[in-house]
Parts: sequence; C-alpha cells; structure tokens
Amino acid sequence: MTSEELRERLKAKTVGIAGCGGLGSNCAVALARIGIGTLVIADHDTVSGSNLDRQYYFLSQVGEPKVSALKDVIHRIDPAIRVISYKARLDPEQIFLYFRDCDVLVEAFDLADQKKMLIEAALSLFPEKPLVVGLGMAGWGKNESIRFRKSGNIYICGDEISEISDQLPPLAPRVGIVANMQANTVVEILMQT
Amino acid sequence: MKIILNNTAEEFLQETLTINELLNLKKYSFRMLVVRINGALVKKEEYKTAAVRDGDDVMILHLVSGG
Repeated sequence: MTSEELRERLKAKTVGIAGCGGLGSNCAVALARIGIGTLVIADHDTVSGSNLDRQYYFLSQVGEPKVSALKDVIHRIDPAIRVISYKARLDPEQIFLYFRDCDVLVEAFDLADQKKMLIEAALSLFPEKPLVVGLGMAGWGKNESIRFRKSGNIYICGDEISEISDQLPPLAPRVGIVANMQANTVVEILMQT
Repeated sequence: MKIILNNTAEEFLQETLTINELLNLKKYSFRMLVVRINGALVKKEEYKTAAVRDGDDVMILHLVSGG
C-alpha cells in the first residue's frame, strides 16, 4: 500500500487518547504524522518544566494546559488534523461521552489507580472497542523487556513491571518506545477494519 | 485444570479456583489489577467468588504507575 492510499484510509478514522503525558503526547504526535483524521485528547494537567524529559512539549509551552499545547504541536505537524480536546479529570461518565465515537482508545494515564479506572470503565462501557494500554516503561535500557501482547480487545504495550519512582524515573527513550508501540498498534487495528 | 493465563498455557491440580486462590497460588501480591475471565470483567468484590475452570482464558493485568 502506498503512503497516499494509507493516508486516505487513516483520514477517515478517529482515535481517542486518554492522557497527554509521556505516553499520550508521544503517541498523538506519531498518529498526527501519519494522518489520522481525528484525535480526541483529554488531560487535566498543565505543562511543567519537569515534563520535558519525556513529554512532547517545548520550553515555550510551560504553564499551558496540556491539551492546548498538544493541539498546537499536532497542528504544527499537520493543520488538517481535527483535534477535539477536553481539559478534564476523567470519570466513567466523561470517558463514555468523549470517547464513544472513537475507533480505537489509547490508555495513556499515569497513576495505577487511574489506569485501572479507565480500563475497567472502557471494558464496561465499550466492551468491543479496541483498547491500547501502555504499561511499564520506567528507567532506561532493557529493550528486551519491552513487549506486546493482545488479550481479546485489549492490547498491552510495555514491560508490565517497571513502576516509576524517584530511583526509576520515566525518560524519553523508553517512554517513547512504548508510546510509539501504542501508535503502531493503533495503525494495525485500523488497517484491519 | 488447564487454562490460559496472560497468554500462557498453565496447568493446576485443582479442578476450579477462585481468582483470590489463583492470585495466592501465583504469588501475585499486586494491589491494582484488572481481571477478565473469558473476556468478562471481574470486579475486585468478586475475586473471592469468581471461579476459573478448565479451558478458561484468564487475563490478570498488573497496573503499575507510569505514563
């Protein structure tokens, strides 16, 4: 398939990204570059200087809401991409309202309890919708431990074990690998349907 | 019983196990989990009663912070 044919297919698709941090921002950029038609992004947070070691934001954006900053980044890549943004802390009701029309939903939250909430909500509200989870990406090196598996409509990217901490921070290289693996999974799913 | 657990074939002496029993056997001491049996979500309150049987496909996702 040529690049043009691929872009034609992807232009008709809508991808939801819950969370615009390390995973979400990097995943959104990869999907923007290949021309996904509509991106639905949600995050309650603002860009801080300490985010720049892994999140796809720039120094000039510190202090801005992440959803606005990410929308700008996406439109700097491709102004034709439709970005629907929600500055909000998501609860199951909002998850349903914001993401129900998405072809695929990317799970890009940070805290374990939030990840659990999102995954369980998605499984209850949209049991058939493909859900691409990012799980375990802290530290550096250990490429061989980053893996991918599928369980029904859930696709899991990451090492599933490394929890972030002061001693094991999230960093651009490894976070980027998992975020791009999520984006790669999204394309695979979209090209199957 | 023979089951699939997290995409891997596993065998247990018991004919049936509750999720809690399975977690203990596997020494999964994780706090945040998402559990599915044959694609159906099992909530935390149900871990002590939900039964895993021969031929079941079980997913136990251990949620770690990071993202």
